[in-house]
Amino acid sequence: MSIMEIIGGILIIIGSIFLFLGALGIYRMPDIYNRLQAGTKATTLGAMSLILGVGFLEPSWILKSLVLIIFIAFSNPISSHALARATYRRGHYPLILSDDKENMDAYQEVVPHEKEKEEKV
Amino acid sequence: MIALILILVLLVLMIAASVYAVRQKDLLYAVIATGIISLILSILFYLLQAPDVALTEAAIGVALTTIIFVITIRNTERMEVENDKKNNTKSAAK
Amino acid sequence: MMTYIIYIALSLMALGMIMSAIRFVKGPTAGDRVVALDTLTTIGVSALVLLAYVFQRFIYVDVALVYAVLGFIGVIVIARYLEGAL
Repeated sequence: MSIMEIIGGILIIIGSIFLFLGALGIYRMPDIYNRLQAGTKATTLGAMSLILGVGFLEPSWILKSLVLIIFIAFSNPISSHALARATYRRGHYPLILSDDKENMDAYQEVVPHEKEKEEKV
Repeated sequence: MIALILILVLLVLMIAASVYAVRQKDLLYAVIATGIISLILSILFYLLQAPDVALTEAAIGVALTTIIFVITIRNTERMEVENDKKNNTKSAAK
Repeated sequence: MMTYIIYIALSLMALGMIMSAIRFVKGPTAGDRVVALDTLTTIGVSALVLLAYVFQRFIYVDVALVYAVLGFIGVIVIARYLEGAL
């Protein structure tokens, strides 16, 4: 294996791990803002790293890989920003700021509470 | 072998999204499910070595279908109406 | 060695797609479902690029390019509809 293949393989593994962690955050987080943060930032980093790794594996593809990375870096934050603004203007506030005491217990895994109630699904 | 497993996972996801889109009362969720179906169908076309069909499916299914359906929902109603079912069953019973 | 790396990456991405689909079915509001769709789109673009390397075709990257350009339009349209400003 040449040095380019080693770098490309490491970048592909890092990218796929970040994609998996973004999807895990989508599945586990208690609130829509947390889900946005996990599902957009980690996924963007994972996609950029993986595409750069493919660009390292095939050195003649590096230009198109860079164009693809630029498109992802433009389009992904735009969509997440539009979605967060729409959710906020609809009246869904973050759980930690709202008065919803029952659903706030979903934060028990993240922020420790003084009361320990039974966990709600 | 890995391609077969990937195709099986994608097919199961696509069938689940299709059943969800048919059975959902909220039509906006059905439109989002249509977007997922289009994405998975594009990857399936890609795996079956037809990139031109996948390109067309990506352009039409993601952008055009979603925009047209959302504008339609904006102009009509978001929830599916329940009364049609009762009327149909009554008229079918008679 | 490269084969195992590609196997690991593809299986991790398949697991991520399954988790996003579960969130799409469970999610209480419309925003959760749109976030799941956005994540699925990004994972799909990455899978398309990796599969283009597997098939060794340069022209297959164009599909991922079109998907990356067009994929966020649907999310923006749905977000504008939810905001009430479409």
